[in-house]
Amino acid sequence: MRLWRLLKPVLFYLLVLLVFLYLVFPFYWAVVSSLKSPQELFATPVTYWPTHLRWQNYVDVFTMQPFGRNLLNSTVVAGLTTLIALLFGSFAGYAIGRFRFPGKRPVYYAILAVSMFPQISVLGGMYVLIKSLGLYNTWWALIFSYMIFTLPFTVWVLTSFVREIPIELEEAAYVDGATPMQVLFMVLLPLMAPGLVTAGLLAFIGAWNEFLFALTFTVDDRARTVPVAIAFFSGASQYELPWAQIMAASVIVTVPLIVLVLIFQQRIIAGLTAGAVKG
Amino acid sequence: MRGGKWLKALLTFGLLAFGGISTAQGVTVTISCGSVGKGYNFCKEGAEAWAKRTGNKVRVLASPKSTTDRLALYQQQLAAGSDEVDVYMIDVIWPGILGEFFVDLNKYVDPKVKAEFFPALIKANTVDGRLVGLPWFTDAGILYYRKDLLEKYGFSDPPKTWDELKMMAEKIQAGERKANPKFWGFVWQGAPYEGLTCDALEWIYSYGGGTIVDEEGNITVNNPRAAAALKMAKSWVNTISPPGVLAYMEEEARGVWQAGNAAFMRNWPYAYALGNSPESPIKGKFDVTVLPKAATPEGRHAATLGGWQLAVNRFSKHKKEAVDLILYLTSYNEQKRRAIYGSYLPTRPALYKDPDVLSAVPFMGRLYDVFVNAVPRPSAQTKKKYNQVSAAFWTAVHSVLEGKASAEMALRQLEMQLKRIKGAGW
Amino acid sequence: MARRSLSARRARVAWAFLLPTVLTLLAVAAYPLFRTVQLSFFQANLLDYPLRPRWVGLANYAFMLQDAYWWISLKNTVIFAVSSVSLETVLGLGIALLVNARFPLRGLMRTAMLIPWAIPTVVSAQMWRWMYNDVYGVINDLLLRLHLIQKPLAWLADPHLVLPAIIAVDVWKTTPFMALLLLAGLQSIPEELYEAATVDGASPVQQFWFITLPLLIPALLVALIFRTLDALRVFDVIYVMSGVNPSTMSMSVYARQQLVDFGALGYGSALSTGIFLVIALFVVLYLTALRVEVD
Repeated sequence: MRLWRLLKPVLFYLLVLLVFLYLVFPFYWAVVSSLKSPQELFATPVTYWPTHLRWQNYVDVFTMQPFGRNLLNSTVVAGLTTLIALLFGSFAGYAIGRFRFPGKRPVYYAILAVSMFPQISVLGGMYVLIKSLGLYNTWWALIFSYMIFTLPFTVWVLTSFVREIPIELEEAAYVDGATPMQVLFMVLLPLMAPGLVTAGLLAFIGAWNEFLFALTFTVDDRARTVPVAIAFFSGASQYELPWAQIMAASVIVTVPLIVLVLIFQQRIIAGLTAGAVKG
Repeated sequence: MRGGKWLKALLTFGLLAFGGISTAQGVTVTISCGSVGKGYNFCKEGAEAWAKRTGNKVRVLASPKSTTDRLALYQQQLAAGSDEVDVYMIDVIWPGILGEFFVDLNKYVDPKVKAEFFPALIKANTVDGRLVGLPWFTDAGILYYRKDLLEKYGFSDPPKTWDELKMMAEKIQAGERKANPKFWGFVWQGAPYEGLTCDALEWIYSYGGGTIVDEEGNITVNNPRAAAALKMAKSWVNTISPPGVLAYMEEEARGVWQAGNAAFMRNWPYAYALGNSPESPIKGKFDVTVLPKAATPEGRHAATLGGWQLAVNRFSKHKKEAVDLILYLTSYNEQKRRAIYGSYLPTRPALYKDPDVLSAVPFMGRLYDVFVNAVPRPSAQTKKKYNQVSAAFWTAVHSVLEGKASAEMALRQLEMQLKRIKGAGW
Repeated sequence: MARRSLSARRARVAWAFLLPTVLTLLAVAAYPLFRTVQLSFFQANLLDYPLRPRWVGLANYAFMLQDAYWWISLKNTVIFAVSSVSLETVLGLGIALLVNARFPLRGLMRTAMLIPWAIPTVVSAQMWRWMYNDVYGVINDLLLRLHLIQKPLAWLADPHLVLPAIIAVDVWKTTPFMALLLLAGLQSIPEELYEAATVDGASPVQQFWFITLPLLIPALLVALIFRTLDALRVFDVIYVMSGVNPSTMSMSVYARQQLVDFGALGYGSALSTGIFLVIALFVVLYLTALRVEVD
């Protein structure tokens, strides 16, 4: 019995370590591979650290492809998609989470239903739509098409967060003569901070990682995003997969993303919840 | 008199001015060829050279590396009637699939020029009498072997028959395993995808078992020789080939081979230059030859035909210029440049006798026969249904390799499936 | 009288707030979805020019019901989705609880939590595929070094190992999604409830069961619905790691093969609508089981 008490924290930390390794090891592997020469990638026995560091792979990423432009495209597209989704999503979340009106249920489920079709099936129709709207090969083609999966999700997340907020605060604000818009922005959104940040983060990364629409609706680097650019990397022939460059590109893309997201997550949640919950 | 001279001068000036303006402006031809990297760069150089000499402009677009992504993208664009891209680079099995979207080049290309290409390639590009593409560079499956290991274990020549290969692989593997437990005899492409269709077609054809669907469109795959071929391949799995081979594509096989962990590999010629790159563990230790055949009298050497062609979009607004571009890119000199500096296999027999080419890439000369006699997959016969045929075929082969079905049963079921797919006709 | 006009006004306000979302979704999704459902009643080949659609009524659906590959892909997808989502939920909840609590290494865990999600999907599936290789793969190497296995395993080639291997990748990739959503849910639960409970003498387990879990249900429901939705539509990870293979192919992999590889627009659209119906079924099950009311 006493042994179990002593073992518990040890086992616990061991479990935490295992989970940590499971999550992080592939990234470590990507970093290590990005610094290896193409030959060393397949070498046996497997080397866990490159025999000599090859920074050339990182240089290659930018010289082979205007990767800087791709990064810009991805940032703009993902950023605008997230902002629009959060804005529209919080409006819709407020309406569904707080108001009673006829047609509420069908609309709520219809919004969900839109994202229940496999992406490949809507591709053909979307292609025709994008072309006819003249948006082909622009940022707006992607921002517009990404709404189909970011909006439903954002609406549902924010609706559930709106519902959890006690109604008294709002009623007090209404009594004070606030308009619904003011109530939303001044009372509810600060309280929904964790939900907003989370939904925003997931929307951002979802848009950032999206491949199929980005591939089909762009034709050159004017609007091409990072995942598509990576899929275009080719080696000396059609068959060769330039692993080292692909890994380097992934590291270039992942590290700033994590740093940015960490800063935002901590700052925003701290900032918004600090005043709201206590006050 | 004077008036006449003035008039002539004016006319000449006018013609020159207008003529000059129209040639100075030119048109912009958009070509989609290759993904970012060597392929794209070579294409760009060639296209821009053409642009300079004809006074036109080119816009060179990259395409996704994965051929399935590429085909999907092209299908999407063409089915929607897009005129964005004038010239498409297409795989050797796509003329049948995308044929309706491309211009019939017979209208634009002189038969004499047509005759300068390999007849098999022209045939692969002809669908219902329409020439939908000009062959640009070719490819064929070949056998890679470690000549240093063959020598070490007392073999003077590479194997000519599959039985010889198996025997050599077993002996070398047993010997090398003592020092290197990760060593295997023979690696190839066994994952359920188009590459398995290529490998399996080679096995079946090398036994005299036909080409799945023959040139008239008859389904011939259900025959005892084909079954024997598949049984042979099944016997390699987990004996001389790693069990993981059933999930290998080209790069996985090359990964095992290039690290020095295999005695034989079946792959495309691209791995040759990579194997001889500066830091390669097997640099200078290997060579290539034609794939083995069956030891029976019907046995013959086989190599599946690969390679890429150039086609003109039927919706293109600049068809004449586009055709001119592809005639330039597939011309003798341009293909020579690509052969010498890029190791692209030419599609003109004459280039295989060109001394500059032969000295730059010696194995092209040795493998001339392989490339001339390469077996095409049945895409020209099965046309739009080729992907279904190939998918049914590789699924059947994979189930035999996994041990889920016997070769005879799998081929019988495959025949029924193909009959259903064929329906009233291809 | 006043009551009616107040609720009418409130309805108008609500619809005004809903309008941007509804209009955007109508613009984006109406035509593509309509086209998919419409095409499912026709037979058409993408590779025909011009497109020659032929009305066939419910024939595509009838065919689907007796198509062995459809049922196999459905089975594969359900097994995949159920395993993946349950594992992710447990793991995600664990990580969320960890990061939410006053736990010494939480900063490290919070970073680690995001990594799988931040690596582009286009790359991570390929990377795992390469790590799973039986000869030069690092996973076999690690397991061999730790003496957990005797011989390298052919993770992607062995029909018994391939689906678990793919599930492991999917869980890795999507646990951050779960963890983030559940963390947000946990952060919304007021501290006072726990303080009051501790004063009342409730143990940590009791607090979890009676405070945390019930208050987490709304966030859990959204997370479950959207994760299941995505898991049932899974394409990338299965396609990249095992191609179009009856032992692993999901419904989307099959639908794509029909739509894109074979150009069968009609049948592919019917399959897509079928996928939609299967997902709808699951959503209804969730909503009834977790007894959440929209009103």
